Amino acid sequence: MPAPTLSELQNAAADKLCARFPRIGRKEFRGDITLTIQPADLKAVMLYARDACGFDMLTCVSSVDNLGSEPRFETNYTITQAETGANLLVRCPICEADNAVPSLVSVWRSANWLEREQYDLMGIEFTGHPDLRRIMMWEGYPYHPLRKDFPVAGKDFEQAGLAFTQKAPTAGGPFITRPGVQTAAAREPRAQG
Amino acid sequence: MASDNLQEIEQNYMCDPDADGGFVFTTVEAAINWVQKSSLWPMPMGTSCCAIEYMATACSRFDISRFGAEVNRYAPRQADFMFICGTITYKMAMLVRRIWEQMPEPKWCIACGACACSGGMFRSYSVLQGVDKIVPVDVYISGCPPRPEALLQGLMTLQDKISATEHPLKGFFKKHDARTPQNIDTIPSESVNPEG
Repeated sequence: MPAPTLSELQNAAADKLCARFPRIGRKEFRGDITLTIQPADLKAVMLYARDACGFDMLTCVSSVDNLGSEPRFETNYTITQAETGANLLVRCPICEADNAVPSLVSVWRSANWLEREQYDLMGIEFTGHPDLRRIMMWEGYPYHPLRKDFPVAGKDFEQAGLAFTQKAPTAGGPFITRPGVQTAAAREPRAQG
Repeated sequence: MASDNLQEIEQNYMCDPDADGGFVFTTVEAAINWVQKSSLWPMPMGTSCCAIEYMATACSRFDISRFGAEVNRYAPRQADFMFICGTITYKMAMLVRRIWEQMPEPKWCIACGACACSGGMFRSYSVLQGVDKIVPVDVYISGCPPRPEALLQGLMTLQDKISATEHPLKGFFKKHDARTPQNIDTIPSESVNPEG
């Protein structure tokens, strides 16, 4: 009997998870399976995925800011079976009012720094995280710079005696290069809103 | 001492080639500056790709030791100048500033590459727009990243700057006029001796 393909493994794991937790939303796109899980179920589903389905590795935690629509935020997890390489993508929509999602550090320890990064740059609270500090920006910085309503050039802020941040000079707009055959001056105007 | 170097000294300073052992007459200032510029110990603050160019500069092909600056000191208290090679983020800025303050005087700073000079291509919320906002920069080296030759040129520029430094000891051994105590009015007149 040939070894199961990656797609078969992923489908089997998704079937098992959806049978156990019927509230999970499931979508497939070009062989990748995305499960949508509500924050209230997240920890139970992830524990089951780790213990019963063999997903022993959390590869990635990222997040999305859908500014203007609700739920505004969304955390994305990639979980992996290290032995077989099978992946599942997990989406967890978060309302702006709550802005909190259970931490997965107790499930996978690799979640620690990954969740700190999302907390730092997107401002999502991970409840139950043992060490929820900033990891990229300096401690005490008041903003979450990857949110859509944050300007690329940044904002002025100073904490006396510790650190400071200044708005970067962008000469009217971000510096963007257009592909094409024009001269460099036409392709690369300094200001493009 | 190499012959071409001796020639330079003969031109610039008083030198008596007939004297046994080759005495050189110079000023304290010129001697101190010459010592300082010939033995610069860098504190390499390498944060990104300019640091790779710095490594190339330090290695045998470009050989920064030809200019007396090969002794990398990662302990700031032993360093003479800071080679800031790379992007400095606001989070790193406080560490750069702290290391700079730990370096003993006299100290100099070379900003190497576009990021260190002006923030470079990172017009963003996280990158310090030029290290001269936190430390005094003596030499700016352009390039993204600069070639090792440019780093050496920057080092030589710093050496030129050091050799033109007006030292506080300048004129120390000159003949001074007899000094009068500043509080001469409050001292009894018999104890004041302007000649002494």
